[in-house]
Amino acid sequence: MKYPVTTQGPFAIVSLTGEVDLHTSPNARQQILDQLNAGQSVLVDLSQVEYIDSSGIASLVEGLRVAKGGSQRFGLVGVSKPAMQVLQLAKLDRVFPIFDSVADGIAEAN
Amino acid sequence: MNDNSAIALAEVRFTSRPDQLKHVRSVIRGVLEQTDCDEESRMSIVLALDEACTNVIRHAYRGNERGDIVLQIERDEDDLVFRIRDFAEPIDRSQVRPRALDDIKPGGLGVHFIHEIMDQATFLDPPDGDGNLLVMRKRIPAKQDSR
Repeated sequence: MKYPVTTQGPFAIVSLTGEVDLHTSPNARQQILDQLNAGQSVLVDLSQVEYIDSSGIASLVEGLRVAKGGSQRFGLVGVSKPAMQVLQLAKLDRVFPIFDSVADGIAEAN
Repeated sequence: MNDNSAIALAEVRFTSRPDQLKHVRSVIRGVLEQTDCDEESRMSIVLALDEACTNVIRHAYRGNERGDIVLQIERDEDDLVFRIRDFAEPIDRSQVRPRALDDIKPGGLGVHFIHEIMDQATFLDPPDGDGNLLVMRKRIPAKQDSR
């Protein structure tokens, strides 16, 4: 499954949707890493995520680490209730920069 | 495999393929909606069971997509009881433990989720000797919202 990716200036916005699990998270991970490896900063839109498991969370953590290594920005946008519940359970809700909207994420970077 | 007092609610048999997990979660949600679990508890339990099944696929069957997995859900008085059985080589139970969360790194969260969400999670010897059997219990919270 390919997730939608759009570009706004230095940011790629990767929009995850539906249920992100062991079956679908490899694609999410690859698409996030592809953008980071191309030099983009990345915002991951989680507003349409209905479910995410630890493998999906691991993809986000890996993105954050790669971004920090490359002095790029990485954040989460519009985190849905199910995704926030899992981030809180992993005690990661204060580790990721989290924004209400893509516009907020971009404004924060400027 | 049931305790005498336990009431069977569901049994799901599936193969050790990641694309099976969505269906399994759907079945679990359907069963939980028939219980007194509130929405947040349902979401948590689905996550814990999904993580346990994921661990079977990744660490017990190790990529073999033809393995059998059986999930049983029972009610035992105020508890929901979940049994996940596989028929892979027995795992090293000492390696199944949550990791420290202050080390921010990908992976290793699944066991943490299971222990955080369930009241009890224990590996038992399968009655007929083959594979692995993880038994989890969760006390059912009363509905907080009757809308």
